[in-house]
Amino acid sequence: MSVVLRHAEAALALIVAIVWISPLLFAFWAAFHTPTDAINFNLAAPWTLDNLRTAWAGAPWLRYFLNTFLLVTLILAGQFLLCTLAGFAFAQVEMRGKEALFLLVLLQLFILPEVLIVENYAVAARLGLLDSILGIGAPYMASAFGIFLMRQTFKSVPKELDEAARVEGCGTLGVLWRVYVPAARPTYLAYALVSISTHWNNFLWPLIVTNSDTTRPLTVGLSIFAAPENGVNISVISAATIMVIAPLLILFLVFQRRFVQAFLRAGIK
Amino acid sequence: MSAAVATGDLHHWARRRRAIHGWLLLTPALVMLWTFAFYPSLATIWTSLFSRGTRRNPAEFVGLENYQRLFEDPTFREVAVNNLLYAAATIPISMLLALIMALWANARIPARSFVRTAYFTPTVLPMIAAANLWLFFYTPGFGVLDQIGGLFGAPSVNWLGQPETALWAVCAVTIWKEAGFFMIFYLAALQTIPPELREAAAIEGASRWAYTWRVVLPLLMPTTLFILVNALINSVKLIDHLFILTKGGPSDSSKLILYYIWESAFAFFDAPAAAAMTVLVLIVLGAVAALQFRLLDRRTHYR
Repeated sequence: MSVVLRHAEAALALIVAIVWISPLLFAFWAAFHTPTDAINFNLAAPWTLDNLRTAWAGAPWLRYFLNTFLLVTLILAGQFLLCTLAGFAFAQVEMRGKEALFLLVLLQLFILPEVLIVENYAVAARLGLLDSILGIGAPYMASAFGIFLMRQTFKSVPKELDEAARVEGCGTLGVLWRVYVPAARPTYLAYALVSISTHWNNFLWPLIVTNSDTTRPLTVGLSIFAAPENGVNISVISAATIMVIAPLLILFLVFQRRFVQAFLRAGIK
Repeated sequence: MSAAVATGDLHHWARRRRAIHGWLLLTPALVMLWTFAFYPSLATIWTSLFSRGTRRNPAEFVGLENYQRLFEDPTFREVAVNNLLYAAATIPISMLLALIMALWANARIPARSFVRTAYFTPTVLPMIAAANLWLFFYTPGFGVLDQIGGLFGAPSVNWLGQPETALWAVCAVTIWKEAGFFMIFYLAALQTIPPELREAAAIEGASRWAYTWRVVLPLLMPTTLFILVNALINSVKLIDHLFILTKGGPSDSSKLILYYIWESAFAFFDAPAAAAMTVLVLIVLGAVAALQFRLLDRRTHYR
């Protein structure tokens, strides 16, 4: 009885798994078939690259890819710099009022940039950042989450290493660069994976800030391309969608273990 | 001047210098946080207290009038109810699914790594892309759901086009996206449970069900609370798919607050209404923050 039950459970787990990726599988299949075949589930239908060609010709994807790449890189660089400096100060520098200030910073975890779109738009406008990649990235650079993460990591660095470096004549920045940053390498990797996948996928704020093809990231480009008003058929939409998610998906499948560990490290620490 | 005072001075000076360094290190992050989080929050409160300015009539202080207007706005009421339903549906279902998935992904079953990958994959997709994938399922007539329904003789359903089902169709996509993400946290927690506990339970003659219910679930409590906070935040934040699937329709039946904020500000150009709504959302998020900080105090999850 228990054996039967166990097999049934394993089968159920597998069925759920198949259901879970079926939207992706369908889109992938549809992307390489004519719309009529895709709609009729003609499994014997021939494969075609026409949808990809149509999709590729329908929007400046190369530009969108470039924009997303620049955006993700810019945000990551900004986050590394700001969160490293602030995390280090919170972890290792003695100063008055530090704890209270840290709590204030943590509050930003809940003041989501997504929610503040109205006033952030006004701020971006005043700073002349509208319709620029810097404008999309700026609100995310001083991430409370990143500061928290770096502080936790730096706190676990043995104080002796710090003192040894100071005896050798390193200043504050020297100690940070020579001792703390190398020690935090796994955290940087984890943070990078989480940050890249978050901002590769981000949509609402980029939608608001951008209004030209020279700044739009992939997600915004895809939403415009696939808008029902454009009357693009389902196979072409699937092709475009597959195209957009392919880089991150491949990256994920290759570095799966790292990815999962990254999310864990980021979430739990 | 005695030597003791001099070294004291030196010590004092060194500490002072370190503190100055500390503030210099913090400055860039604090400036950015102020510019894009704290200042906009305060500005939102400020804007929500003024009337909508036009070229002829500059904005005037109106107190809480915008809030009053909001509460009298039937759309806002509907949107608020929608968002509560959205939270009430997506949070428990995705958390429960996450737990079940984690138990499976942690059990000895065939094709385990495939199962785990399949559950987690939606997490790395943009919400916009997920919406496109699901559009294929929901389209009336030739969508996958209709075709499957058709096999059993069910009539065609316009899932996204009718007020009774649109919100639930949107919820399904969110659950699909979230469950695998939350699973990871449960999975990590499960892997920290020492195997001796299971052996001890087996010796005591406890069934697998009893072991899961009495031993595993209590141990997962901190993780559950952590995920709950994330799920609460997501029930405000995850609205990207609305732009593709329903645009909040039909007749506002699937509209959520953040989408309505966006619409008020950038489609209806009613910044005061959008600001008032934002303040209400910030208050809710503040309550979530309070919950989180209390958890932090109890050190349930953070070391």
